Amino acid sequence: MTALPYLAILRARFVLMLQYRAAAFAGFATQCWWGGIKIMVMAAFYASAARQPIDLAQVITYTWLGQGLLGLLPWQADAEISEAVETGNVAYERLRPVDTHTLWLARAVAARAANTSLRVVPMFVAAAIVLPLIGLGAWRWRMPSSPQAGALFAISIALTVLLSSAFTVLLNIAVTALKTRRAANLAPVLVSPLSGMIVPLVLMPAWLQPFLFWQPFAGLVDIPYRIYFANLTGLAALAGIAAQTLWIVLFILAGRAWMARVMARVDMQGS
Amino acid sequence: MNSLSLYLSFIRNCLRAQMLYPTAFLLRFGSQFVITITEFGGLYALFVRFNHIRGWTFAEIAMFYGVVSVAFALADTTCRGFDMFGPQFVKTGDFDRVLLRPRPATLQLMGFEFGFTSLGRVLQGAIALVIAIALLHIDWSLAKVFLVVWAMTGGFALFFGILLLQATLSFWTVESLEIVNTLTYGGIEAAQYPLDIYANWFRKFLTFVVPLGCVIYFPIATVLGRNDVAGVAPWIGAAAPLAGVAFLAVAFAAWRIGVGHYTSTGS
Amino acid sequence: MAQIHVENLSKTYRVGVRDPGLGGALRGLFHRRYREIAALSDVSFSLERGELLGFIGPNGAGKSTTIKILSGILRPTSGHCDVDGLVPWQQRIAHVARIGVVFGQRTQLWWDLPIGESFALLRDIYRVDPSKFATRKARLVDMLKISSLLDTPMRQLSLGQRMRCEIAAALLHAPSILFLDEPTIGLDAVSKLALRDFVKDLNRTDGVTVILTTHDMHDIEALAKRVIIIGNGKLLRDSSFESMRSEVLGERRLIVDFAGDSDDVAIAGASIRARDGRSVEYVFDPLRTAAHTLISRIAAAHDVVDIRVEDPKIEEVIARFYALHGAVES
Repeated sequence: MTALPYLAILRARFVLMLQYRAAAFAGFATQCWWGGIKIMVMAAFYASAARQPIDLAQVITYTWLGQGLLGLLPWQADAEISEAVETGNVAYERLRPVDTHTLWLARAVAARAANTSLRVVPMFVAAAIVLPLIGLGAWRWRMPSSPQAGALFAISIALTVLLSSAFTVLLNIAVTALKTRRAANLAPVLVSPLSGMIVPLVLMPAWLQPFLFWQPFAGLVDIPYRIYFANLTGLAALAGIAAQTLWIVLFILAGRAWMARVMARVDMQGS
Repeated sequence: MNSLSLYLSFIRNCLRAQMLYPTAFLLRFGSQFVITITEFGGLYALFVRFNHIRGWTFAEIAMFYGVVSVAFALADTTCRGFDMFGPQFVKTGDFDRVLLRPRPATLQLMGFEFGFTSLGRVLQGAIALVIAIALLHIDWSLAKVFLVVWAMTGGFALFFGILLLQATLSFWTVESLEIVNTLTYGGIEAAQYPLDIYANWFRKFLTFVVPLGCVIYFPIATVLGRNDVAGVAPWIGAAAPLAGVAFLAVAFAAWRIGVGHYTSTGS
Repeated sequence: MAQIHVENLSKTYRVGVRDPGLGGALRGLFHRRYREIAALSDVSFSLERGELLGFIGPNGAGKSTTIKILSGILRPTSGHCDVDGLVPWQQRIAHVARIGVVFGQRTQLWWDLPIGESFALLRDIYRVDPSKFATRKARLVDMLKISSLLDTPMRQLSLGQRMRCEIAAALLHAPSILFLDEPTIGLDAVSKLALRDFVKDLNRTDGVTVILTTHDMHDIEALAKRVIIIGNGKLLRDSSFESMRSEVLGERRLIVDFAGDSDDVAIAGASIRARDGRSVEYVFDPLRTAAHTLISRIAAAHDVVDIRVEDPKIEEVIARFYALHGAVES
């Protein structure tokens, strides 16, 4: 008998999801398209090439990973918080009996996880399972190179979620400080190239590699993916994980300090 | 007041409204520019590593890139009213007001907003073109210059048509229209490379269904003197941008059907 | 020759029907069913130039549908309509150049622009001769008292100010017909009065034909000699308001405040409707018993502090009319 209300909620949610099927399908189709184009272009480049730091099969996997895990990236500030800032309701965030930074961090993590878990499944099914089935196995999303690679990848991607969330909280604070969601406009400018979404970082010129490895956004895409197909192994992989951790800590510390100053003003003036 | 002056009037008012917040304006213009320059930089980095893509050099790709960027950016700048048609006019019922004014709906929608900040992409496309022209050694003739401009015009017409189709769709549904971004932004991504690098089926799609190939690849390949690779005679390359105009005409026909549907079912 | 001529206008909508619950949602993926809604059935009327018409009816009755068809933004399913010799939805641009429309809930002014700039833009859109425009604008600004607002952007105005600017905007191009769709909604008492006075003036002095839809019965009382009542898509009544009043609820009320407490306040020729302490409300039929007769009878029998004679409130008349015709909100 006590299960009834939960069944009702489940059923209502399912009906709701059916209504959003069009939007979900559109998102999926878009990502297949993007992934497909990128792969075709890279394949054309690789047709000419001498040896490269990563081979075509790895670039293909990199691309599919990127599309599947797109929901993990911090493109903008939290929509609810942007809304609250612009309507002046953000002061209510301070009425909750929890530490605001932790609250926002938790919210960002939940949003990333929810967003991604829905998107990655159809993408994975299409790129890892369907492609080989229809004879296009050469273009498929390959599995991790080894159990160790898989395990390290799991750790790394968990850190990615934290890193992305910590950065999102910084964006939220910026939006609160400047009272407009436009404060977060620079996010895609930084995230897109520096994470490796435009071009895998390892394909950039050799003299840029040290900088690219240690800048914060590499941990969003480039480091976990390279761990996945064992381009980063052993000590190099651990260095990557260390870089991710370093930036998570820095973002959180900076975020807490900045938030204290911004929220002091919010407490006094109400918005 | 005739249509052109009215359109200019709309643009003037739009500029004035945007200039009320000059820093925000500059920031958006700047970030548009930086994003597109970064993408172009990524393209360059790939060529540093790979030297060429199926025989095409960086300079040649830069030319394709420049033309499609400028064509798209001009459409993006002028057709904001169509891009935001669903949420801005259909959902709110404001399209009624458009119909209550004694001017063609298209003119009013084009005058709705002028995307000044998208001029950042126009600038970046122009820079790519300048780089391309500087690096290439083309025997420039009036015909070739005209062909480049004609290609841009056909591209503009094509992207305008895509946005028009997106707006038409919103008469029936306001959801999930972001899929059209696959054709606009995806279109830039695809058309900056010569189509011969793609699989056959994709090339056919980009020639006959969404004729990006006709408006960019064929004419520019002709300007670059690479008709043998493109597989089309020079005169076809020169005439191909017409496909963009034809696409736009079809899109307008669909639009008129959409407006008819709207006036039959109300808002 | 009527300015507006409506004949057998009908409008039916097809609406998709989905069964409730999960099963229904799944079924809805494969097979859509439809229901037909008759928003308007066979509506006919005509309007002469310079008339002021009130258009009333319950929510969903078909008022907005009629206005939309008359303004040209909606096509009817069947029937005919012409305005100044033009068919609205067929000759859209020529037609809308001659009409002005004010929607109570929505604005046509540009959000960020100062009002004066919006007006200038409308002048260009409607191709109004600049000198004629200047005179007309000055007059409207004066009549509606908005000269102090011309430099303010629309988003900074209060609702009352917005509505005045909205009306000015609708009249800048000197239309011969003005449609007002719920114009007084949300306005304070002073603004409502001002608006009614303005519309009355406009109609009388400039001869602008006005069609007004409203739920506020005082608008009707103040402005409309002629009233059309729409219910369930059908035209229920087309007459002056007074003739409807006497047919629907012809009674009158007599309210008497007695000096002392009295048990027996019954009076021949009237019945008691309500009683509150020393105040008694009688209802009577004026065709059978004249008010002064009743007053004399009461005064003769009792000591009286005050006597008032009233007609039933207009809302009561309308409500009774709706009830008589089964016109319900849909």
